[in-house]
Amino acid sequence: MNRQPKAIVLGVSTGGWQALNRTIPELPEHFPVPLITVQHMASSSDNILVKTLDQASHLTVKEADEKETLNKGTVYIAPANYHLMVEKNMTLSLSTGQPVNFSRPSIDVLFETAADAFGASLIGVLLTGASKDGSLGMLRIKNRGGLTIVQDPKTAAAPLMPQSAIDLIEADYVTGLDELANLLVELTC
Amino acid sequence: MNKVENGNHLTVDEIEIKLLLDAIFLKYGYDFRNYSRASIKRRITQHKTIAGYQKLSDLQHQILVEEPAFRKLLHDLSVNVTEMFRDPLFYKKFRTDIVPILQTYPFVRLWVAGCSTGEEVYSLAIILYEEGLRERCQIYATDLNESVLKRAKTGIFPISKIKEYTTNYIQAGGSEQFSDYYTARYDSAIMKKFLKDKIVFSSHNLAIDGVFNEMQVVTCRNVMIYFNRKLQNRVVTLFRDSLCTGGFLCLGKKETMKFLSCEKDFIEIADQERIYRKHKS
Ligand SMILES: C[S@@+](CC[C@H](N)C(=O)[O-])C[C@H]1O[C@@H](n2cnc3c(N)ncnc32)[C@H](O)[C@@H]1O
Repeated sequence: MNRQPKAIVLGVSTGGWQALNRTIPELPEHFPVPLITVQHMASSSDNILVKTLDQASHLTVKEADEKETLNKGTVYIAPANYHLMVEKNMTLSLSTGQPVNFSRPSIDVLFETAADAFGASLIGVLLTGASKDGSLGMLRIKNRGGLTIVQDPKTAAAPLMPQSAIDLIEADYVTGLDELANLLVELTC
Repeated sequence: MNKVENGNHLTVDEIEIKLLLDAIFLKYGYDFRNYSRASIKRRITQHKTIAGYQKLSDLQHQILVEEPAFRKLLHDLSVNVTEMFRDPLFYKKFRTDIVPILQTYPFVRLWVAGCSTGEEVYSLAIILYEEGLRERCQIYATDLNESVLKRAKTGIFPISKIKEYTTNYIQAGGSEQFSDYYTARYDSAIMKKFLKDKIVFSSHNLAIDGVFNEMQVVTCRNVMIYFNRKLQNRVVTLFRDSLCTGGFLCLGKKETMKFLSCEKDFIEIADQERIYRKHKS
């Protein structure tokens, strides 16, 4: 990676809330980039989970709003039933298009649009999940010169998602959850 | 030559997409130039791959010389996903907070803008019927896409969806038998004719067309999320100018008037359900 990252995108599915709860509260208050997250959710009632995570974190954690401008030190979580996309002008868009990989929100949709928007100034993170969503997105990030981090499948609650990515790309980092927050700080701060 | 205004900051892909959108507008009058780029780019790229074009410029040439090729692209550009009583709590709020006010009017005109295949329109028609407003109302249901309008007019939906719609209907505060509103035939549910009586389906493009009547209610749900700010501002201005004083504007669950040019002309009356009311000025 040749440039200071402008954003991090993170995708997580089965076992996701635990993974987010272990990582996001560890990030420091002055975290210099926005972190945009797709977590496959069952329903919109998970709003309470967003609030809980927000209270446990130094960073602001919120559900992503339509046309919202990205701010550093903020964690955006895709709302249930919408695809979340990144625009070149650092804003977010939503869509109710068909599910991709049986998922809406889909990690591929977020990652591919973010890769197009940020090119080499992007970090993609793919964690636990019983899905193949996210692999093609990681490939796009890689092809555009961005940096890729995959959870070590051995440490994942559900290994399929990180393993699918590892089968497709040579990830820059394969890591356990315990080291993830530190790694993100090192790469951005 | 002035080189300051050139497109150096755009990638080749982005330039080609811009040219394609210009071509569509010039040739067919459909204006996608102010749609959110990330989504439109994704759809165009997917279409290019599936339809087997090597380059975006090949696609551009083909849609210019072959209308059927354009129709196929148009189909893939639109997001038409919809359902009956989508976001049931919105419909519940419609019933409890909007209907009583509509009941004070001698005649009510509603505009469902971006109605897609019609599920939302029939849902509203059911509520208006149950609340005794059917005889006094006229629903205008519009979309830019002629092929979804055709399907909306038939009022035929897959029977496989009925279970979900029945649940939504009940969550939306419905207390009748949902099965009274359709006839089941093979794998279709055909909406009863009395629901259609007061609906006019017609083509209307929010990016270029204007006001066509004075409305008491406008619903435009999950349409403006596909537009950029500039087009969103155009569209809410159009809605403001269409609504009577005290008229209602209903947006999708993740859409808001915040930061839009007409924000000051409306009061938010239900923040979760995204219902707004035009000021008495
Ligand atoms: C996702 S659907 C929403 C359907 C329904 N309102 C709902 O909430 O379930 C979006 C619809 O907006 C229509 N649309 C997109 N651009 C439009 C425009 N410029 N004018 C009118 N309709 C438009 C599309 O054709 C599509 O049918």
